[in-house]
Amino acid sequence: MTGLERGARMDDLLQEFIAETRETLEAISGEIVAWEAAPADSGRLDAIFRFVHTVKGSCGFLDLPRLARLSHAAEDVLAAVRDGKRTPDTALVNAVLGIVDRIGEIVEAIDSGSPLDDSGEDLLIAALAPDAQPRAQAPTTPHSRAASRSVRLNVDLLDHMMSGMSEMVLARNELARRLRDCDVDPKVEAALERLSLTVADMRDTVTRTRMQKVDALFSALPRMVRDTSAELGKSVDLEIEGADVELDREMIELMRDPLVHIIRNSIDHGIEGPAERRALGKPKNGRLVVSARQSGNQILIEVADDGKGIDVARIVAKAAEKGLHSVTELAAMSDAAKLDLIFAPGLSSRDAVTAISGRGVGMDVVRANIEQIGGRIVLTNDPGRGLRIVIHVPLTLSILSTIIVGVGTQRFALPRQAIEEIVMVRGDAVRIDTIGDAAAVTVRGRRMPLVSLGQLFKLNDDAPPTLVIVSTREGDYALGVDTVLDTEELVVKPASPAVMATGVYAGKTLPDNGLPMLLLDASGIAAVAGLRFTPVVAASTEVEEVVPGVPALLFDDLDGCRRAIALAVIDRVEPVAVDAIRWSGGAMRLSIGDAIIPLHAVAAFGTRTEVAVLRLTDGESEMAYAIAEAIEIVALPAEMAPARGAGPIAGVVSIAGEQIELIDPHALFAGQPVTLASLPVCLLQVDGSGWMETFLKPALEASGYRCVTALAAGETAAVALAMEDTPLRETLAPVVTLRRTRTAEGEDDASIYRYDRPALIAALAARRAM
Amino acid sequence: MSELFLVAHIAGRGVAIAAAQVDSVVDIGEVIAVPRADAFVRGLAALRSRVVTVIDTGTALGLEPTPDAVRRAVITVVEGHHYAILVDSVEDVAPFARLPLSSGLALHRGWATAGTGIVERDGEPLLILDLAAVIPAIVPAA
Repeated sequence: MTGLERGARMDDLLQEFIAETRETLEAISGEIVAWEAAPADSGRLDAIFRFVHTVKGSCGFLDLPRLARLSHAAEDVLAAVRDGKRTPDTALVNAVLGIVDRIGEIVEAIDSGSPLDDSGEDLLIAALAPDAQPRAQAPTTPHSRAASRSVRLNVDLLDHMMSGMSEMVLARNELARRLRDCDVDPKVEAALERLSLTVADMRDTVTRTRMQKVDALFSALPRMVRDTSAELGKSVDLEIEGADVELDREMIELMRDPLVHIIRNSIDHGIEGPAERRALGKPKNGRLVVSARQSGNQILIEVADDGKGIDVARIVAKAAEKGLHSVTELAAMSDAAKLDLIFAPGLSSRDAVTAISGRGVGMDVVRANIEQIGGRIVLTNDPGRGLRIVIHVPLTLSILSTIIVGVGTQRFALPRQAIEEIVMVRGDAVRIDTIGDAAAVTVRGRRMPLVSLGQLFKLNDDAPPTLVIVSTREGDYALGVDTVLDTEELVVKPASPAVMATGVYAGKTLPDNGLPMLLLDASGIAAVAGLRFTPVVAASTEVEEVVPGVPALLFDDLDGCRRAIALAVIDRVEPVAVDAIRWSGGAMRLSIGDAIIPLHAVAAFGTRTEVAVLRLTDGESEMAYAIAEAIEIVALPAEMAPARGAGPIAGVVSIAGEQIELIDPHALFAGQPVTLASLPVCLLQVDGSGWMETFLKPALEASGYRCVTALAAGETAAVALAMEDTPLRETLAPVVTLRRTRTAEGEDDASIYRYDRPALIAALAARRAM
Repeated sequence: MSELFLVAHIAGRGVAIAAAQVDSVVDIGEVIAVPRADAFVRGLAALRSRVVTVIDTGTALGLEPTPDAVRRAVITVVEGHHYAILVDSVEDVAPFARLPLSSGLALHRGWATAGTGIVERDGEPLLILDLAAVIPAIVPAA
């Protein structure tokens, strides 16, 4: 942002202030006259009080000290009258009105740029004092009023204008269609052409009247951040991004207060003082990033700081203290729900309410305001490292810069913001491959998934000749289309639920040709097409070189060995909570959302709470392979020493001179027994009735034992189970004996009733410990 | 007590539509298909400056799809969205008394969900169709 631009923006704000002040002055002139006639009538006071109060508020920001001084003085007096501390008499009314007049004069002088000396202003203020002598009316110098450059309009009027404009476009189209059908004089055609141009231009202008750059919201922030941080003795670097995203005017107004509140909170509660930051090893200046961007059918406004984040434990304690929830309720809450408590009414995250952010307006009000305009607010808390607050507001009525793409006979709009580049499929720069049943495209050495819009929409089965590289929050992919037609600025409105349910559209629009068009949602298409991205893979693509041979992922396995697996079978790499992994139904399983997939792990997870898993797919089924860490993508050499024996290791390859075991995905998917070294082995001394295998085995496996009926060579059992009437085979392991009767035979009978599951599990655990 | 109903024909049957639900009756222009949408969504059409969702009434009611040649539509507003409900033809608007569905009347498919009562025109019973219920409820994706 250059100084010039900043200056221009200040001018805009000043113009707005002048227009507003002038308008209010006109509106309250009646009140002033009435008050003058009857000073005792304090009912007249409110409008005048509001006026000076507003002027005072704006002045502080616009740096207009003279106006600030005048309005402040008047406000004080009026407040005293309101509180009944002073009785209004003619002298007081005259003095206040003198100031109101003076404010009007100064505003006009600012607007016309003519100088106005400040003599007499001290007198005006002095006249407000209770013991002031009635003064002679100061001669007011006649001044020229500059022609106003701005008008304040009701948004309804703009809406009306907007819909009238659309009608006009359609009428023009209708006319053009009818003229096409008959032989027309070229002169008529030329006139129509001119009409078309004018209409298009008009439409553009009218559309813009409702839209405002989000910059109008952001421009006041640098000053505010500076002042607030100075007040608190903190230093904060503010970064603003995406200020040219356009948003509905009304929406901008509604966003102002919540945004200011959130930023003040960040500086006050989030960012630490310089000394504390230094002690923590953070840069002295706090960092605050305010950004706006468009995503699908929403505008996202994000405030991120690198402060200390929210102390969730403290919030929870506070909620308990205030009796918002019972302690048991709080204990049962998920982390997200606990974090959400900051939106609870009457809960300030800080013990001491400060002058900056604690003015009785809490986050509950902020959230209510945002939800009122159909938005939502999302917190991402990183204790010790910062807090990110994202406000989502609907795109309704947003004007959007789009690119129109053609598929088959249809046209769709794509938000320009989502588009990285457009490439033609020809020559060597672009290569399309099929990996498994998935299509991928390599553009200048960068590989990404390919989604053919024609196939996805069942409009066109041909290989798409044009690729639009789309960048979504999750990852980048190539969208195959037939043609890229045009760029157009469009007013997008939400489509009906029946259309939105497809998940691939962000809204609908009516372009100049009068035919409805759908706006595509790039993230939605990725989701519907089944693309799944992970940060890990995205990060590794940056270092990925075009590798000869079969690419494979080199990784450190849980047992410490370095192994490799063919890249093609990896759907993605992602961290999962160890809690999501259970030994259930005789195998290790990982829950992902509602789905459960088998998991292969070569060793225990130890103290980890999170483990990285490779999500493997053969195109139909899916399984997971837990690893310690992904290392890099390597090319597999052609030679491989085959492994001996069965198991999920295909063989050993040499990578950078090191022996690396190569995972055999075929064996994994073929259902090789998934064994986990750390699971205790329970030796079942079966009696041939099959009861142990049928009844006992599942119960034991659910409790974390691996059940065998015979030990493999070199294997030792942690514990053995035998029925009371079966001859005990020799085993080194401690034995738990089961009986068929519910009651024990005598005091020294240590056997367990075979259906007493808790006792059985406890006995196994106790014997194992021996 | 009578209220105004629009008498129309849908899938060859006469139906009555509460006039309060009818925004206008129009002949729609070109319909733009909405790929991946449910079959009852014929597409989008422009109605003056507005984009309406065109409903294939036949499919929505679980009957034969309404032929492409059908252009006449009743415009209705449901939850702030404009829909064009395709109809074979429209007769007239007249006041009728709203009668409950005769007991034992076995309506099926969409008729059962959208039919809310009966009016009698010269002794001929006509089903009252609730336009909002003609549009199948949508479970938003994700």
